[in-house]
Amino acid sequence: MSAIAEKKVFSTPQVLKDNVYHFCPGCHHGLVHRLAAEALDDYNLATSAVGVIGVGCGVFLYDYLAIDCCEAPHGRAPAVAAGIKRTNPGAFVFTYQGDGDLAAIGTSEIIHAANRGEQITVIFVNNSVYGMTGGQMAPTTLPGQKTTTTPAGRSPLNDGHPVNMAEIIAILPGTAYSARVSCHNLKGIRTARKAMHRAFQAQVEKRGFALIELLSACPTNWRMTPQQSLQRMEDEMIPAYPLGTYKDF
Amino acid sequence: MAEKQLMQGNVAVAKGAIDAGCRYYFGYPITPQNDIPEYLSAALPAVGGVFVQAESELASINMVLGASAAGGLAMTSSSGPGISLMQEGLSYLAGSELPAVVVNITRSGPGLGGIAPTQGDYNQATKGGGHGDYRLIVLAPNSVQEMYDLAGEAFRLSYSYRNPAMILADAILGQMKEPVQLSIPVDPPGEGSWVLSGAKNRKPRLVKSLFLKDGEMTVHNLKLKEKYDQLKAKEVKVEVDCPPNCSLVLVSFGSCSRIVRTAVDRARKRGYPVGLVRPITLYPFPEAAVREAAENADRVLVVEMNTGQMVDDVKLACGNPGNVSFKGYPGGSVPTPEEIEAEIYGILEGGLQACQQ
Repeated sequence: MSAIAEKKVFSTPQVLKDNVYHFCPGCHHGLVHRLAAEALDDYNLATSAVGVIGVGCGVFLYDYLAIDCCEAPHGRAPAVAAGIKRTNPGAFVFTYQGDGDLAAIGTSEIIHAANRGEQITVIFVNNSVYGMTGGQMAPTTLPGQKTTTTPAGRSPLNDGHPVNMAEIIAILPGTAYSARVSCHNLKGIRTARKAMHRAFQAQVEKRGFALIELLSACPTNWRMTPQQSLQRMEDEMIPAYPLGTYKDF
Repeated sequence: MAEKQLMQGNVAVAKGAIDAGCRYYFGYPITPQNDIPEYLSAALPAVGGVFVQAESELASINMVLGASAAGGLAMTSSSGPGISLMQEGLSYLAGSELPAVVVNITRSGPGLGGIAPTQGDYNQATKGGGHGDYRLIVLAPNSVQEMYDLAGEAFRLSYSYRNPAMILADAILGQMKEPVQLSIPVDPPGEGSWVLSGAKNRKPRLVKSLFLKDGEMTVHNLKLKEKYDQLKAKEVKVEVDCPPNCSLVLVSFGSCSRIVRTAVDRARKRGYPVGLVRPITLYPFPEAAVREAAENADRVLVVEMNTGQMVDDVKLACGNPGNVSFKGYPGGSVPTPEEIEAEIYGILEGGLQACQQ
């Protein structure tokens, strides 16, 4: 009997645990976890990686990735990651942070970690709302967007403006890589996969600080179906948060 | 035997940390402790260590948390306002069971306060300035020698119990110079069971303080309490010097206890049987020693450079809180030995007349 030639074209990343995600339907956290898992596998980092987890829906990352993990106080993940990397330069250290964590309470830590050129990788999930606490305004909430703390829609006059982190981080000399990608369609995900790899490569090659901002959906707190959420990302989020590589090494 | 050196208190605590194996320091400038980061910025790289000036005390304490999670003996130092910012991190360190040492060279407060010597941070240090049901190990040196020695002791306790430890001192102890007998430096300890170094040939590890499942947090709190009970049982440090038939025992800690010591010695020369209890560990507080001394004396006088903080712990420890008097010197008003003598004679029979003889 002759062997049938098979070519494996798709598989689960080895570092990804076989656990059911706790995320809501249509949420992109699971997808972002998978992109990180692929990059961990492809760079053979599972046995040297330390993930630093910010406060938010991503806090249970350690339930899904089989790597060492450390929880950080809200917003402080870049400082915790810097402490780990400075102590163990051989470790691959990344943070996983949401928009409230990184762009509101943690702006000081993210700016200065980038400015010092800390050799860490930051995975920044921007879904324009506070997810875990139940849909309050985020620093990245768009003007007019209704949230539980902006019931009439975000008013720039009262509530300020959206924060474009990928652009801000890119202008700092310590930054080696900064890009914004989107999870809203297949093309976007393919670009996101490449960007995730590049953000990992920056640290592997000791180029400096790397940040990847991923535009993501939060159907539950947007009060939308997953399908409507994808449309909103294309129509409203991407115009406000232009996709692209803002700095590369 | 290692050498003896004339050394400033802030430098002694920093040198003591290095000699205890500390290799990682993260800090932010604030008076009156700047000699510590200034010294370590050169001394740590010289022994292969890491010094980083952080953007804030929030960042400092969280870099310490990261370094500790990665297995480094790590410390930071600050003063009042900066220590306030670190309370979040101290709570997370305690909750995550990570060792770390924090030096507080206090300022007066509240608010921006002043930089003169004070002991107004006793409650913040010993009662847990951060959120949640935790305790901080708190050591109170009263000499430059102890600044050096207790730095090492703080690392030993912190590492043994996997709990943050604080050295609580002030500008007197930070700035003054005294001879210090150095110890033989020790190497940093080996890798602890919690250390995050990459899950190679072992299961992944997790450093966390979030416990959401039913009953999990209770189990964690009781586990922490067990450590605090062990600390109380095994690690209390106190200096007791009470004569027989002690009529008055004074209780004082830190720099203030040096001044009280002088006053006690002078009173004894005049024939007054006066004793002194000096807590060295403020947490765990030397309850038994204070109680015993109080029971064997007619009266207790607590002297602090604040408006009355440790006195509450003394009253709790004593069988008879009504016997406890307090004299406080807040806001940087350091007492003279004569002032404390006057307090002693005021309480004892004969009053001020004895002082004026």
